[in-house]
Amino acid sequence: MPRMNKMPPTQKAKNTKLALKNLMKYCRPHWLIIIIALIFAIGGAVLNIIGPDFVSKIADEIANTLGKIMATGTVIDIDLTFIWQIGLILIIFYVSGAILNLLDGLIMTQVTQRTTQRMRKDINHKINRLPLGYLDSHSYGDVLSRVTNDVDTIGQTLNNAITTLVTSIALFLGSIIMMFVTNWIMALTAIGASLIGGFIMMLIMAKSQKYFFAQQVSLGKLNGHIEEMYTGQNIVKVYNDERKSKETFDKHNKALYTSGWKSQFLSGLMMPLMQFVGNFGYIAVCVVGAALVLNGWTSFGVVSAFIIYVRLFTQPLSQMAQAFTSLQSTAAASERVFELLEEDELADESAKSLPTPEVKGAVEFRHVRFGYTPEQDIIHDFNLKVSPGQKVAIVGPTGAGKTTLVNLLMRFYEVKSGEILVDNIPIQDLTREQVHEMFGMVLQDTWLFEGTVADNVAYADPNISREQIVEACRTAGIDHFIRTLPNGYDTVIDENTSISAGQKQLITIARAMVQNHPMLILDEATSSVDTRTEIVIQQAMDKLTENRTSFVIAHRLSTIKNADIILVMQHGDIVECGTHEELIAKENGVYQTLYNSQFQQAEEN
Amino acid sequence: MSIFRNLTKVDYLVILLCIGLIFAQVWLDLKMPEYLNVVITAATSPGHSMAEIWSNGGLMLACAISSAILAVVTGFFVAQLATRFSKSLRSQVFSKVQSFSSEEINKFSTASLITRSTNDITQIQMTFAMGMQVLIKAPIMAIWAITKIVNTSWQWSLATGITVAIIAICVLVALFVTLPKFRRIQKQTDEVNNAMREDLRGVRVIRAYNAENFQEAKFNKVNDNLTRTNLFVNRVLSIMSPMMMLCMSGLTLAIYIIACYLFNSADLLGRGAIIGNMMEFTSYAIQVVMSFMMLIIVFIMLPRAITAGKRVSEVINTPLSIKDGTVTSSTERGTIEFKNVTFQYPHAEAALLKDINLKINQGETVAFIGSTGSGKSTIINLIPRFYDVTEGEVLVDGINVKDYTLHALHDKIGYVSQKAVLFNGTVRENIDFGEKTNHQIDDSQIMTAIEVAQASDFVNSKEEKLDAHIEQGGANLSGGQKQRISIARAIARDPEIYIFDDSFSALDYQTDQKLRAELRKHTKDATVIMVAQRIGTIKNADKIVVLENGEMVGVGTHQELLKTCPTYQEIALSQLSKEELENA
Repeated sequence: MPRMNKMPPTQKAKNTKLALKNLMKYCRPHWLIIIIALIFAIGGAVLNIIGPDFVSKIADEIANTLGKIMATGTVIDIDLTFIWQIGLILIIFYVSGAILNLLDGLIMTQVTQRTTQRMRKDINHKINRLPLGYLDSHSYGDVLSRVTNDVDTIGQTLNNAITTLVTSIALFLGSIIMMFVTNWIMALTAIGASLIGGFIMMLIMAKSQKYFFAQQVSLGKLNGHIEEMYTGQNIVKVYNDERKSKETFDKHNKALYTSGWKSQFLSGLMMPLMQFVGNFGYIAVCVVGAALVLNGWTSFGVVSAFIIYVRLFTQPLSQMAQAFTSLQSTAAASERVFELLEEDELADESAKSLPTPEVKGAVEFRHVRFGYTPEQDIIHDFNLKVSPGQKVAIVGPTGAGKTTLVNLLMRFYEVKSGEILVDNIPIQDLTREQVHEMFGMVLQDTWLFEGTVADNVAYADPNISREQIVEACRTAGIDHFIRTLPNGYDTVIDENTSISAGQKQLITIARAMVQNHPMLILDEATSSVDTRTEIVIQQAMDKLTENRTSFVIAHRLSTIKNADIILVMQHGDIVECGTHEELIAKENGVYQTLYNSQFQQAEEN
Repeated sequence: MSIFRNLTKVDYLVILLCIGLIFAQVWLDLKMPEYLNVVITAATSPGHSMAEIWSNGGLMLACAISSAILAVVTGFFVAQLATRFSKSLRSQVFSKVQSFSSEEINKFSTASLITRSTNDITQIQMTFAMGMQVLIKAPIMAIWAITKIVNTSWQWSLATGITVAIIAICVLVALFVTLPKFRRIQKQTDEVNNAMREDLRGVRVIRAYNAENFQEAKFNKVNDNLTRTNLFVNRVLSIMSPMMMLCMSGLTLAIYIIACYLFNSADLLGRGAIIGNMMEFTSYAIQVVMSFMMLIIVFIMLPRAITAGKRVSEVINTPLSIKDGTVTSSTERGTIEFKNVTFQYPHAEAALLKDINLKINQGETVAFIGSTGSGKSTIINLIPRFYDVTEGEVLVDGINVKDYTLHALHDKIGYVSQKAVLFNGTVRENIDFGEKTNHQIDDSQIMTAIEVAQASDFVNSKEEKLDAHIEQGGANLSGGQKQRISIARAIARDPEIYIFDDSFSALDYQTDQKLRAELRKHTKDATVIMVAQRIGTIKNADKIVVLENGEMVGVGTHQELLKTCPTYQEIALSQLSKEELENA
C-alpha cells in the first residue's frame, strides 16, 4: 500500500548515520525478532514476484488453445484442470504472502511501540539522574518535545521505514531479475520507461523544497502572531487593538496562502505523477510486448506477466523515496532523543556504604568553593559553623543566588573544592539519598502533583498514616480548608481544583512536617501570596523550625531578625555574615541598606 | 460539519469544476484498456498489422498524458481551494477568539486555542485537499468501471464488485474500530506530557524527598496506557496493506480463471475476443482497486481531521457571553459605580463577590486591597467587561457598561495588567498600541508617557530609542522594564479611567513611589483604580476598599481604616513596623 504523503520539509539530522546506528543499537533487544520480520517481508515479496510467472502460464494456455483453434479450425476447450492446478498454487502463494506480510507488520508494530515506550520510560528515568545543572540550563519545553514529538515521529516512521525499505528493495531487485530472466527486451523497455518517469518525479520533488520552506516560514510568522494575540487577549481588547491585530493577521494569513497553495499543489502532484509513471511503463510493455508477440518472438503469457512486473517494479520506486524521507525524520528525531539519553549522569554512588547517621544538626562549610560554570567561581572560600538547632537566614535581592547554598547543601550541585560536613561527616561521603533524608524542604515554587491531598502530603512514603497526615495539616493550619474540599483529604488536586498559592504553600509545609527530617530548608512565601496568608504560613514555618537546624531563604527582613546567623548575598556572592544586630551596625553595609529601604527588596533585575 | 459553511459560491463552482475534471480523468483512464484490447487482439489473432499496434499504443499514451495533465489541473484547483478554505477558516477562528471574553478563553485555555487556530486547521487543509481528489474519484471510478464490464460479462463484474465490497467493509470496520481510539491516544499523550512536566517542574522536591521511583511508577503507568492504545490502533492498521495486496492479486487471478470458463462456453467468434477482453477488464479491475487503496490513505488521515474539525467548530460555535451594546457617548466623565454587584464564576459553587456597592468620582484614586482570593482583581475586571456581573450593575459615567459598545467603553480605559504584556515590535509600537476614537498618539506624547512611567532611562540608553526592538513577550527586557513600558502604554492613551491590576509589585519601592507621584501630577482629572499588595503603594489613595472573601469590610483613607478596620490593621501590621504606622 502506498504510504501517506507526509508534509515535508523533513528535519535533517546532523549526523544521520550515527543517529541511525544509535537507534539500531537501541533496538538490540529486538534484533532476533526484527530479523525474523525482515525474513517474512522478503518472503512475502518473493512470493509476490513469482506470481506473474504462473499467471503467464494461464495466459499462455488461453493463447495457445486459441492458436490451435485458429490453426486447425476445430473447437478445442481449455484444460480447466490444468488452470485450477496453477490457480491453486497461486492462491497458496498469495495467501501465504499476505500472511507473511501481516506477520511482518504485526511484529514491526510491536517492536516500534515497545521501543518508543522504552524510550519515553528511559527519558523519564534519565531526568531523575541528570545533574540539576543540565535541567536548570535547558527549557522544559525542549525536554518535553523530545518525549512527545520526537518519540512520536520515531513511532510513526520507524515502523514503515524499515519494512517498506526492505520490501521495496526485495520487490525492486526481484522484479528486475525476473524480468530479465523472462525477456530482456521487455525488461529494458519496462525499466527504461519507469526510470524516465521516476526522473521527472525527482525533479519536481527537488523543485518543491523551496516552496515547502517558504510555507514553513509564513506558518511560523502566523503562529507567532496568533500566540501573541491570544496570550495578550485582555490587553488587545481593552486597547481596542482588534482591528489592527486582525490586519496583521490577515497579512500573514495571506502570505501563508500564497506559499501554502503552491506547496499543497506540489505535494498533491505526487499521486497523479506516480500514476502516470505506472501507466507509462504499462503502455510501453503492452505495445512493445504486442509487437514482439505479433512477430512471434515471445508469447502472450510473457506480456501478461510483464504487466504485473511493471507494477511491482514502479511501486517500490516511489515507496523507497518515501521510506528514505521518513528514515531522515527518524534519524533527526532519534538524534535529539539520544542526545538527551547520552547526557552525563550523576556520579554512581553504589560504592558508598556509610550507615545513615543519627543527625544532631551541626553543619559546617569548610573552604567551600563553587561556581555554576567551570570558568567562574561565585563562592570563593566560604567557611561557616552552624550549631545544632540554629536558624540560618539567607537574604539578598532577587537573583543574588540565595538558592546556591541550598543547592550545595542538598547536593543538587557539587562543590568545586572544600567540603560541607554534617555532624563532622562530609556529605560527599554519603549517598545523595542519605543527604536528602537529613533535610526537610519547603520551596517557594509550591509544587503539588496530580493526586489526592493526602498523597501530596504523605509524598512517596507509604508508611505515613492518615492520622499523621491530618496532624501535620492541623499544625500547618490547613486542616480546616482541606475539609471544605469536595472529598476532603481524598480530593484530587489537578488544574481545576481551586487552591490558592498560599494554600498550596501550606500543603507543602505539611508535607515537610510529616516527613520529620532532622534539618530544614525553607524558601519563604512568595510575592504572589498576600501578606495575611503569609503570616499564617510564617507561623506554620516557625513551628516547623522549632528545635531543628534550619536554613531559611528570607524575602522579608522582618521575619528573620531573630535568626542566629544571617548571610547576605549579592551577585551570587556571600558579602556579609552575622546576627541582625551586628549587620545593622555596619555603616553603608548591604544589609543596612536593604533594611532601611522599608523592608522592600528591589526586584529590579 | 459546520466548518464547511465557510465555502463560498465560487468555491462550490470550483468543486463542481473539479468533479467535472475528475469525470474526464476517469473517462480517459478507462479508455486506455479499450485500446489495450485492440492491441492485444491484434497481437494474438491472425490478420493484424504492426501499424494497428503502434497507432493504438499511441492513443493509449495520449490518454495517459491527458489524464495526467487533467490531474495536475485538478490538483491546482484543489490546492487553491483547500488553502483558501483553511485561510478563511483560520481568519474566522481568529476573529471569533478575538471576540471571546476571559470566560471563553479560560474554558478552552490559551494553549488549546492556539493549537486549534494553527495545527488543527493545517490538518483539515491537508485532508481536505487529499480527500477532494480521492474521495470523489474512487466511487466514480468504481461504478463506471464495473458498469463497463457488466456489458460484456456479469461474471467479471461480480468478481470486481465482491472485491470492492471486501475492501470497503475492511476499511469501514477499521475506521469504526480505530476512530474512538484516536481520541483516546490524544488524551493519553496529554497525560504522558503532564506526567513529564510534573517531573521537570518538581525535580528539586522529587530529589529532596527521594521520590524518584514513586514518580517513575506514575509515569510508567500513563506510558503503558498510551502504548497499549497505540499498539491496538497500529495492529488494526497493519492488516490493511497485506489485505489490499491479496485482494488485487486475487482479483487478477479470478478474472483469468473466469476468462477460461468464458472461453470454453463461447462460440468460435467469441473465443477470439476473450483474450483482449480479459486484459481490458483486468486493467479496469486494477484501476478500481487502486483508487480504493488511495481511499484508505484518506481514511487514515480522516480520524485526525475529523477530530480537528470538531475542535475548530467548537470554537466557532461557542456563543459569546459578552454582547456588544449600542451607546457610544456619555455626559459624565470618569465616574464608576458598583450597584449591588454579585459575581460568580460559571460552574463555581459560591459567589466570589457579594453585594458590592461603591461610587467612585472623577479624579479620585481608589485602591483595592485584600488577601489572595478576596476578589480584588475580579472587581476591577468587571469595569472593562472581561467578565460580566452575575447580579447588579456596573455603571461607567452613569451608564451601564453592558449598554456601551465595547469600543466606546474601552476608549475610556487605560488598563495595566499584573503581568506585563508586551508584543513583538518596537517600543513605539508597544506604547502606541491599539486604537482610541479621535485620539492620535505622536512621538512627543510617547516620550512624555515614557518619562511619567520612569522608563526614559533605559529607553534612552537604547541606540534606536523608540525604534528599539522588543521581542515576543518582552523577553529581552527585565520584569520591571516590561511593567514600566506597559504603564507608559496606558498613559499615552490619556484615558478617563486608569486601571492598575497590581501593576506596581514588579517595581522596586523607589520607582513605585516616584512613578505614582509623577502619574498623579500628569493625570489630574483622571480616575485611578488600583489593586495592590503593598500598603506603601496605596497609603495615599483617596479611598481604600478592603475586601475579604468577596465582601467589602472597610472603605476609607489609610488613617481611617487603621483605626476602624481590623482586617486592614492586620495587613498593615504584617508589612510595617509599629513606629512606621504611627509616624505615617
